[in-house]
Amino acid sequence: MERHLDEVLQELHKDILKIGALAQEAIFKSIEALKNRDRSEAQQVIDQDSKIDELELAIDEKCIDLIARYQPMAKDLRFIATGMKINAELERIADLAVDIAERVCELADKPLLKPLIDIPKLSEVAQKMVRQAIDAFIARDVQLAREVALSDPEADRLRDAIQDELTNDFLSKDPKTAGRAVPLLLIARHLERICDHATNIAEDVIYMVEAKVVKHHLEQLDR
Amino acid sequence: MGSIEVKDLNLWYGDFHALKDISCAFGEKKITAIIGPSGCGKSTMLRVFNRMNDLIEGVRTEGSVVVQGRNILEEKTDLVWLRKTVGMVFQRPNPFPLSIYENIVFGEKIHGVGVTRASLDRIVEESLRSVLLWDELKDKLQRSALSLSLEQRQRLCIARLLAVKPSVLLMDEPCSALDPQATARIEELMRELKRDYSIIIVTHNMQQAARVSDDTGFMLLGELVEFANTDTIFTAPKDRRTEEYITGRYG
Repeated sequence: MERHLDEVLQELHKDILKIGALAQEAIFKSIEALKNRDRSEAQQVIDQDSKIDELELAIDEKCIDLIARYQPMAKDLRFIATGMKINAELERIADLAVDIAERVCELADKPLLKPLIDIPKLSEVAQKMVRQAIDAFIARDVQLAREVALSDPEADRLRDAIQDELTNDFLSKDPKTAGRAVPLLLIARHLERICDHATNIAEDVIYMVEAKVVKHHLEQLDR
Repeated sequence: MGSIEVKDLNLWYGDFHALKDISCAFGEKKITAIIGPSGCGKSTMLRVFNRMNDLIEGVRTEGSVVVQGRNILEEKTDLVWLRKTVGMVFQRPNPFPLSIYENIVFGEKIHGVGVTRASLDRIVEESLRSVLLWDELKDKLQRSALSLSLEQRQRLCIARLLAVKPSVLLMDEPCSALDPQATARIEELMRELKRDYSIIIVTHNMQQAARVSDDTGFMLLGELVEFANTDTIFTAPKDRRTEEYITGRYG
């Protein structure tokens, strides 16, 4: 029998996909803005953020109402609890895209320190992880969620490489490069944090589907 | 304008002050749940709305209850009109010991003018369709209504009300005799009926109120303590007594 709750859960599902799409768009645009050194595109990301914040609050409220009104159990409860967490992760991801956009604004008037190589690579990893984490949520695909979580070390490695290069080749040699190097350092950190949030989403999806907690137990992912 | 508008309603059973200064408006084509502990006055209030308390000796009612622009507490109120307009579904389904068909056309045969066989057939089909019983029962219309399951009987009683074209349905614990599956199906039916009717349901079952209603009123010791949107009542009630009751801390 189709329950009324199913209809409401469908709406919640759609809302989460919507905030997911907006977060992905924010990352994409902030990275494009960086590549093109385009201040107006960066500004768009910053301006759009309030829309994502509003949607986050609306989703949160919907989840709380659902719990209060339907006393969901088992997989319904896991879906709503996961939905609330994923909602918060996506909103944080969008905030990090805003952080990147702000760094882009800081850099826009200055000559580039060096051609960007690892940052675009890291941004691709980040975008892929977020996309796959959302896909895993949509398709309830635990295998894909595991892949996302297992990509995280690659993101850490790239972040470290960027950090080492900027510190050793520029900052320690010539402190005057700080104004151009530090924003890049921060961008690497923001991107790596996006990957961490994508990993959290993936772990939440595994809990939602299998009722298994893999958070803080990455070794369990290999199975 | 609400389906029923209540202002300064007070009711006494002899010396006992059972309803105290109740004012509220029930939404049009909405489901409103009235919750509260036993003896809080919720069923009494529901019975005011189609003047069923008139049958009890020593009842005195003050204030106004307006349905379709008329104060139904006035002496001159046409009770036949009122009970057609504001129908009641009871706790235990109470079909007449007649056929399914006769149960549904009973009211129409009494009130109707120029009733024809074809018009009665149409009413039976429409009413049974509205309660999602038509496909199940269309070949069994001459069977006794008492041969039906409890859930089917409750649906039939709702169909019997719909046949006289009410605007408000009062439901007094309509699912308390039913198992959880049957309860869920009646709740689905209520959501369907809400398109065309205003529904007021009295229930002990807080979860049911939370699931099914748009607005909720909480009553305690004859007072309407709080009346608000159901989301608000169950997530952020304003009155401490409401909070205590819905979190199970009351009493």
